[in-house]
Amino acid sequence: MSDKIRVLLAKAGLDGHDRGIKVIAAAMRDAGFEVIYTGLRQTPEMIAEAALQEDVDAIGVSILSGAHMTLFPLIYKAMEARKCTDIILFGGGIMTEEEMVILHSQGTDKLFGPGTPTPDIIAYVKDVVARKRKSEKII
Amino acid sequence: MALLDDFKRGDRRALSKIITHIENRREGYRTILAQISRFERKAFRIGITGPPGAGKSTLVDSLVAKLANTGKKIGVVAIDPSSPFTGGALLGDRVRMQHLADKDKVFIRSMASRGQSGGLAAATRDVITVLDAFGMDLIIIETVGIGQIELDIIEACDTVVVILVPESGDMIQTMKAGLMEIADIFCVNKIDRPGADRLVSYLNNMIHERLGEFSQEFPAVGTNAVSGLGVDKLSDAISRHRDYIVGNGMFEQRRKRQLKNEILSSVRDRIVKDLDHMIDLDGQFESISSKLNSGETDPYTAADEIYEHYFRGRLVNG
Ligand SMILES: Nc1nc2c(ncn2[C@@H]2O[C@H](COP(=O)(O)OP(=O)(O)OP(=O)(O)O)[C@@H](O)[C@H]2O)c(=O)[nH]1
Ligand SMILES: [Mg+2]
Repeated sequence: MSDKIRVLLAKAGLDGHDRGIKVIAAAMRDAGFEVIYTGLRQTPEMIAEAALQEDVDAIGVSILSGAHMTLFPLIYKAMEARKCTDIILFGGGIMTEEEMVILHSQGTDKLFGPGTPTPDIIAYVKDVVARKRKSEKII
Repeated sequence: MALLDDFKRGDRRALSKIITHIENRREGYRTILAQISRFERKAFRIGITGPPGAGKSTLVDSLVAKLANTGKKIGVVAIDPSSPFTGGALLGDRVRMQHLADKDKVFIRSMASRGQSGGLAAATRDVITVLDAFGMDLIIIETVGIGQIELDIIEACDTVVVILVPESGDMIQTMKAGLMEIADIFCVNKIDRPGADRLVSYLNNMIHERLGEFSQEFPAVGTNAVSGLGVDKLSDAISRHRDYIVGNGMFEQRRKRQLKNEILSSVRDRIVKDLDHMIDLDGQFESISSKLNSGETDPYTAADEIYEHYFRGRLVNG
């Protein structure tokens, strides 16, 4: 039996809405993932540390407060400080294509715009985790 | 193994990776466990159990915040249920554990129950061993909390705290004996709600009835996990209980019993697996099955025959 996919989901920034991310968390559970939900207003340090302790395959962060351009790179830095940039970092927020390109170049693996269907996000995680595990086995 | 060297040096990522390895029963996990279990271990293990939503995680958070201040290194294992249909799990205990950010002293790991029904996951005890070998002073285990008595916790902990809330009256009625069996300390959480005092005195009567006046009693403690009210008292009660059981030898007895149970159950698991495997290979059951159909034998004789076939001369029951 292959290992369960473990995903950490967090909200960063100051907005206090967690309905959306909870829907995604439940959908991921129904897709067979083990989802560690950490709640609202998580700092980059808290997110990276929780990901390390939980040994997740991927981190998903939702930022709707408009601070995505600063927060995503800070999360990646906090991951670097813990030598765990091999963990996949993906996220969602209200942002432009250009911003996504910049964030991608600064370490975030994948960004989803508002209104992305949840099954697409789940399919992405499944696929990217499978590929990561395969390449780790070869090494 | 490089991972083990990093682990010995206190690397948290190595700890986390080793836990995953063991949780997933990956190849070689028993060898790793065997090595790790020989490292120095000193942790005291506190179990927190109680119905869903009683405030277990919130209490762990405030307990740990208090204890980490004293310089102790603390490991937390929080178990939530896996879905029996999809195998997935939503592990939400960390939401209530936001004060535990002191990464050098506190390490939290969420575990999905993965089909286990006693309140822990199958690998929880191994994960406790790993945290202990990493150098934790205290390990706190939060059980699933599915509203029934979760017995596994007494096989994994030194002191068990049962958390109840003023609304738990019915549950207490139906599970009275079982609750007394597992609780070393009762905690009534949500004392900001009506009925808390009554529950505390009801529990204290129950404790007194059971223990009489000759053993040391640990009265129920009332807490408000959100405001922190009463958490000092709870933590005092836990350390008094520790001193008490260490002093009178119960601690050692318990650990011995747990170790024996653990080893025996591991042997038993393997015997059962081997036996199933052998019976499959031998085709034993096929032939018996046809005899059963034709009425040549009956289930009781058949069971005796299978048992004798594999165990005659080897076991006392044979
Ligand atoms: N009024 C009140 N609410 C509390 C208290 N302690 C916890 N809560 C609330 O009760 C809810 C459940 O708390 P948790 O700590 O998640 O409870 P739990 O027992 O860990 O829950 P599960 O792990 O899901 O079984 C949260 O909304 C807490 O804020 C308390 O003392 N008083
Ligand atoms: Mg909880």
